Amino acid sequence: MNSDRRYPETVSGPFEKPTVRFTDREDREIEIRPYDGSESEYEALAEMYVEFDPSDRAQGIPPGQESRVRTWLDGILADDCHNLIAWDGDTAAGHSTLVPDGDDDYELAIFVLQDYQEAGIGTHLIESLLGYGHSEGINCVWLTVERWNHAAVSLYEKVGFETTGAESFELEMAIRLGEDE
Amino acid sequence: MKVLVGVGSPNDSPAAIEQAIRRAAMVADELTVAILSPETATGKSLDATVAAILDEQEITASTHHIEEQPGSGLVDLAEAEGFDEIVLAGGQTSPMGKIRIDNTVEFVLLNAHTTVTLVR
Repeated sequence: MNSDRRYPETVSGPFEKPTVRFTDREDREIEIRPYDGSESEYEALAEMYVEFDPSDRAQGIPPGQESRVRTWLDGILADDCHNLIAWDGDTAAGHSTLVPDGDDDYELAIFVLQDYQEAGIGTHLIESLLGYGHSEGINCVWLTVERWNHAAVSLYEKVGFETTGAESFELEMAIRLGEDE
Repeated sequence: MKVLVGVGSPNDSPAAIEQAIRRAAMVADELTVAILSPETATGKSLDATVAAILDEQEITASTHHIEEQPGSGLVDLAEAEGFDEIVLAGGQTSPMGKIRIDNTVEFVLLNAHTTVTLVR
């Protein structure tokens, strides 16, 4: 949206790459792997977002109705996007996504289902997505976050995001995964 | 009711402009379209866009150019001329689909003494 966006000069990483398997703080076996494009994975993700607690929405996403969830998912699960899903067996527990912004850079978002929050899944989801994105040739990633969402801001800072825009309602943060060509 | 609709924030699409004007016209007895002039847009093409929308929708409205900062210009105009409501397009989204509140919308929300409507 802003082609004049600033990115940190320092390269962050390297990050882990999917597939990532770990035991979360609630002793659940979690596996993070790229979305495979199948109908069953799409449906599992749609189910996760239909169950999503409205109070955990951020800046209007995920949308509140199933039909809107599906329209939104169709956009961010397109071939030019990069998506990881955190699985607890057949249940989609979390999702992280990189969506192209039209300027060769990518917008990042991450969602963890309420029952799976504060168990270490979000950190793995974001780190493995950054590792995955870098392996796909992505150098610059940005996001926006509501400024009162301190837990999210702390997570983003921990992995290397820096605040690049603070003059608006939302904080804008960015990270560099590689040097520009 | 006297309604001021502001169009031409950097992220306003023609569809968003049309939606905002139509929504404002629904509640207005007297409608003014304020054309904001961000450095990125050329005032002339926006004039034509607004004129075409008013013509197609058969909406009667006066137009007004805001030459200064769009947010403060809108608030000043609303106060000076006794408007009851300010309407803005407020549904711009990022590539991810996140709603974004731009600086103009934020300024108007925080500083206007009138009701402010964001159209989605």
